[in-house]
Amino acid sequence: MLEIKGLAVKLEEEDKQILKGVDLSVEAGKVHAIMGPNGSGKSTLSYVLTGRDGYEVTGGSATLEGEDLLDMDPEERAAAGLFLAFQYPVEIPGVGNMTFLRTALNAQRKSRGEEEMSAGDFLKLIRAKAKDLKIDADMLKRPVNVGFSGGEKKRNEILQMAMLEPKMCILDETDSGLDVDAMKLVSEGVNALRDEGRGFLVITHYQRLLDHIQPDVVHIMADGRIVKTGGPELALEVEKNGYADILAEVA
Amino acid sequence: MAAPAVKQDATEARIAGLAMPDGAGWAQDARKAALARVREMGLPTRRDEYWRYTDPASLVQASAPRAAIFDDRDEPPVFGDIDKLNIVFVDGVFDADRSDPLDMAGLEIERLSDATATDIHWAKDLYGVRETAGQDPVARPLAALNTAFASDGIVIRATGKAEKPVCFIYLHRDETSDAILHHLVKVEPEAELTILEVGPAAARFNKCMEIDVADTGAFHHVRAQGRDHERRAATHMFARVGAESLYKSFTLTANGVMTRNEHVIEIVGDNASAHVAGAALGDGRNASFHHDDTVFITHDALNGESRQVYKKVLRNGAEGVFQGKILVKEGAQKTDGYQISQSLLLDDDSSFQAKPELEIYADDVACSHGSTTGAIDETALFYLRSRGVPTDIATDLLVIAFLAEAIDEIESEALREDIIARLMHWLERRRQG
Repeated sequence: MLEIKGLAVKLEEEDKQILKGVDLSVEAGKVHAIMGPNGSGKSTLSYVLTGRDGYEVTGGSATLEGEDLLDMDPEERAAAGLFLAFQYPVEIPGVGNMTFLRTALNAQRKSRGEEEMSAGDFLKLIRAKAKDLKIDADMLKRPVNVGFSGGEKKRNEILQMAMLEPKMCILDETDSGLDVDAMKLVSEGVNALRDEGRGFLVITHYQRLLDHIQPDVVHIMADGRIVKTGGPELALEVEKNGYADILAEVA
Repeated sequence: MAAPAVKQDATEARIAGLAMPDGAGWAQDARKAALARVREMGLPTRRDEYWRYTDPASLVQASAPRAAIFDDRDEPPVFGDIDKLNIVFVDGVFDADRSDPLDMAGLEIERLSDATATDIHWAKDLYGVRETAGQDPVARPLAALNTAFASDGIVIRATGKAEKPVCFIYLHRDETSDAILHHLVKVEPEAELTILEVGPAAARFNKCMEIDVADTGAFHHVRAQGRDHERRAATHMFARVGAESLYKSFTLTANGVMTRNEHVIEIVGDNASAHVAGAALGDGRNASFHHDDTVFITHDALNGESRQVYKKVLRNGAEGVFQGKILVKEGAQKTDGYQISQSLLLDDDSSFQAKPELEIYADDVACSHGSTTGAIDETALFYLRSRGVPTDIATDLLVIAFLAEAIDEIESEALREDIIARLMHWLERRRQG
């Protein structure tokens, strides 16, 4: 599904190498987790994959189902099936949540040569999906993320994911700022989307989220590289001993 | 003090082509007085303090520069779905055949030329009166010119709650038409009236509306200026706002090589509100675009509230200007005045100039003003694109979001939605080239 080979990235504005050769392969139907200390490059990886400005790829490749992601505009990557649940979902005053989602959904469909969804069908679908995530009608009507609590913003990210039905989902610290109940709700939302045809890359600091969204594979990232890969037990090891032992071991 | 010779010459050249209408009735004296004022002030030049950012030459010159007629036949008209009383002007001339009968419960409504032939006290007390008052401290000679030479107009008195809006539809059919219209509006106590205006009116349009909102009256105004790229307009709204009353005005401007919209509002009664707002979309791609909002709000009563909300989206060399003043007179305590003017520049070629002014002679007031110029929010743009929204559509969504604070000043939900729908449609058309 997602193939990353030797991906090297520096900041565009300054001479600072952030990713120093990332190798990662996420298969369809699997959940991969990336853990790592602050500044290891986890969020940069998510931004580079989705095409945010400000980064320069200096080497390597990233493909989604064989298609070169790095060559595409962000909207093309989305239409190809890539989705990033943001660590800090953006507030957009003046743009209604529903308008935003319907525009996004239909733009993706259009670019894939599919028929646009009617207003009626869209409304039916979003109501059903919002209900599962305990998102009320008022939240749907409000401007995108404006006045939403931290938990509401993250739920809104998952709602977008559920509506857009991407092939490859990247969750960037979706657990940050969530209380226990909200984490459960968000995790249930993600688990409901787990599917044979869909890959997940879950970026997190903590094991806690992985209790709810159980990963198949866990990677440890440090200093711009994947330094260790293992099963779910690796996350437990981090939780118990921190990163120091692992980093010392691979150094 | 007489105007300098060069100004006098330009003024006489303009006046030479104009004639006061026959049978001006009771308005005759006001027209003559206005002409005397025009001659004394002289028509504006770039050297005048309030014309430093906008060149008035094309608004002043003897004849109207040619303006091609915009073909909007395949577009849903602005206010098309709104139930309203339509009053149609073609190149500045009232067209009875295309208009609805001038008759509605709660309203007295007449053509200006008919009104001047009869003894209507309230209209006589308004024609040229608000305009004259509005000449101090800032001269507005184009408005005085209008009072002197207006060739048509409508006179409306609301005595109750009007059952539907009155809509002036200004059609432009002649590429060199030069229209001067003057409307009078009186809103009596407890009465409520909504005036809509739509269309370019002419190649060059000089419009003046004098409004008197009596105590406890409510006046709403929503306007969409025509989309003809080469059209020019100088408009003035002069209002007197009484106690416990409401004055609200919103203008949408898309296209127009030259637009100057002035608002002169005096709050004379306690606990009154005046809100003026504008959303302008300027694109210099097909013709140059210059849009100037000049607002002067005077608080001369207790507990008054005023808002000025102006937003401009500019690209391809478009120019935006905002000059806004809040004057709080001595004794106008507890005044709450707010003013914001913002521009969103979509490229480096476009420009925005703002001149906010506060002049306050009362010590217990809350007045604030702000002005910003910025580019599109890259973070928001990326967020939208990451969900699959193409850059051009994402930009347009952010444009509408940027304009929202101004559009939200429209009180009626139906009118607000109509304006947003038209705006989205125009943006979509633009995307398609």
